[in-house]
Amino acid sequence: MSDPALEVSGLDKHFTLHVQGGARLPVLTGASLRVAPGECVVLSDPSGAGKSTLLRVVYGNYLAQGGKVLVRHRGAMVDMAQASPRLVLDVRRHTMGYVSQFLRVIPRVPALDVVAQPLRDRGQAPFEARARARALLERLLIPERLWTLSPVTFSGGEQQRINVARVFVADYPILLLDEPTASLDAASRLVVVDLIREARRRGVAILGTVHDAQVRGEVATRVRTLASAEAA
Amino acid sequence: MSLGDDRPLLSVRGLVKRYGPQVACLDVGFDLWPGEVLGVVGESGSGKTTVLDCLSGRVAADGGRVEYATAAGDVVDVRRLEEPRRRRLLRTEWGVVHQNPRDGLRMGVTAGANVGERLMALGARHYGGIRDAALSWLTQVEIAADRVDDLPETFSGGMQQRLQIARNLVTRPRLVLMDEPTGGLDVSVQARLLDLLRGLVADLGLSAIIVTHDLAVARLLAHRLLVMRAGEVVESGLTDQVLDDPQHPYSQLLVSSVLHP
Amino acid sequence: MSAYNFAYLDEHTKRMIRRAILKAVAVPGYQVPFGSREMPLSYGWGTGGVQVTASVIGPGDVLKVIDQGADDTTNAVSIRKFFERTTGVPTTTRTDLATLIQSRHRIPETPLHAGQILVLQVPIPEPLRWPEPREAETRKMHALEEYGVMHVRLYEDITRHGRVAQTYEYPVLVNGRYLMRPSPIPKFDNPKLDMSPALLLFGAGREKRIYAVPPHTRVRSLDFEDHPFEVEHWDRPCALCGARGVFLDEIIVDDKGGRMFACSDTDYCARRQAEGAIGPNGA
Repeated sequence: MSDPALEVSGLDKHFTLHVQGGARLPVLTGASLRVAPGECVVLSDPSGAGKSTLLRVVYGNYLAQGGKVLVRHRGAMVDMAQASPRLVLDVRRHTMGYVSQFLRVIPRVPALDVVAQPLRDRGQAPFEARARARALLERLLIPERLWTLSPVTFSGGEQQRINVARVFVADYPILLLDEPTASLDAASRLVVVDLIREARRRGVAILGTVHDAQVRGEVATRVRTLASAEAA
Repeated sequence: MSLGDDRPLLSVRGLVKRYGPQVACLDVGFDLWPGEVLGVVGESGSGKTTVLDCLSGRVAADGGRVEYATAAGDVVDVRRLEEPRRRRLLRTEWGVVHQNPRDGLRMGVTAGANVGERLMALGARHYGGIRDAALSWLTQVEIAADRVDDLPETFSGGMQQRLQIARNLVTRPRLVLMDEPTGGLDVSVQARLLDLLRGLVADLGLSAIIVTHDLAVARLLAHRLLVMRAGEVVESGLTDQVLDDPQHPYSQLLVSSVLHP
Repeated sequence: MSAYNFAYLDEHTKRMIRRAILKAVAVPGYQVPFGSREMPLSYGWGTGGVQVTASVIGPGDVLKVIDQGADDTTNAVSIRKFFERTTGVPTTTRTDLATLIQSRHRIPETPLHAGQILVLQVPIPEPLRWPEPREAETRKMHALEEYGVMHVRLYEDITRHGRVAQTYEYPVLVNGRYLMRPSPIPKFDNPKLDMSPALLLFGAGREKRIYAVPPHTRVRSLDFEDHPFEVEHWDRPCALCGARGVFLDEIIVDDKGGRMFACSDTDYCARRQAEGAIGPNGA
């Protein structure tokens, strides 16, 4: 494989629930995988296996107890598992986008600004950021009358599309997609599939989970499970 | 915030404050970078407010270093600074927003005078100019311009808090210390204030240390969190990581105790 | 035979007060605490001024005492009699002939000359007292030259009244350093404080503070660039002597509300009249 954009090796993650008497919940043991630019690696494990946990560890949202999460950031490999919070934020701002399974909404921010935010975080002026956001909202079939409303009142599918828009509005070299098409209708699903394929063609490295076999077939360059050994 | 800023704005090490045998805060340390918001969370008695008071000098710490990189480019130990310089720092490069706006405002003086005071303290001598600056900042904190000549006593709690913020921001401080900025406000008023703070922090590139017992406020405003208990920092890290994957038993207790409507 | 020491105070007290005065002269505008003594007049009637005068007066002096510009009002008469009894020093109503002048609420119109001492009576010495009630804090503010809050007060005046409304006890900056409250003289008299050839002493008995403006010291009234300091103007001359550009008192002359405006400085007015000057109302 050419130099991977993302390399997970020997990742261990468990939860210790102190509030429940210290119960220990192992989730990931020695997880390893690599994603090269232009690849879309999809994890196909059944639910509960830890796919979302893996994505969250890669994103720095969860802490790993062992192993490495190497990410190509500004030309160098950064270990997200050891990175300072400041570095993690910089990676998230410039290198890695993450579509989680639900959208955390701030009640008073309009959908347009939610989607424009990643560009604003990179210093782009409001006018340009919003223009780009509009283009994406249109593409994702969000009606214009909803653009000035906060997504807090949107349906699950609409919120999911805002979630997707928010990540695809910026050019991240690495994308983490956790069930990006769940709760979407057929038309929206097609748009998201197109977005993923375009990203792949641009050389974006994508790691995701997709339970819908058909969608998986359309976007994945490689399908594997957490346990399977990484192909050389 | 680029990683080109290789020097923290504020570097705290070993901060200690005791009241007799009682430890209010012990061995508190952290770095704060330009443009970063640090949340300090914990319940009452955790020492979070003591940390803020030690930083602002409201209370004299018993030990530790508080190194601040000034706008002029030198690094000073704030605790060992001569008083005139420290007081000047607090009026120019730093801001302090108190939980109760009455502690941070002159209640008997108009809103415009409250906002203009720092400028006058720094030698501003043009009435029209001072008034214009005050009007501009009142607008920034979403207070109607026609309230500029009103006394803060006639303002609602939320407006008083926003006025306090404007009063601090007029000298474009680089670091703002906030103690429960939304405490005591109605929920809808809180929400509006939080939005304002979020916007100002982003637009002005402020660094801030926000003490709060409200995890929702922390999640909304802070990049990083310190979790304090009984005077000590028990956990620190990225806000979403500490709230979504808390490691320390106390952090887990705190997070799991929050009610979700 | 008087049982009192010369000028009533014992020599130790005079020494203490003179030390305070020297310190005050060395640091223009700075309020020096002193051990204010019990005087045979109540607080609020000039005990501070009297103690300062008693400490500097000597047999070679000629004393003038005025109250609101007049030599013949109750306060002025009582204090003058007090010093006559306890010192035997000659007294005068003529500003130009006095070496030592004690005054409440006015500076004489006749320009002072080198060698003269003017003692002003002060009720509240602290200029920052309104915005800042805490003594510990005002001392710090003076020490650290933190005077911004005084401009807040002026700002408030302009906001409320369109101009600075303070017409007496108008705050000044002395020698470019200390903020001073110049006793309740009308702001009309403030310019007389600036570069005066005389020594100006201020005494507050109840508050126990002495301060001073040495001769030829810069004294600037606070203002804003776009609202510069202005003195009062009258649209008519003194009714008695016709003088213009002096401070006029408004005097009610009958039960129908009839009024006239006359010089508040009685010595100045009397001498102008003696020289033949006549105002609209005649002598």
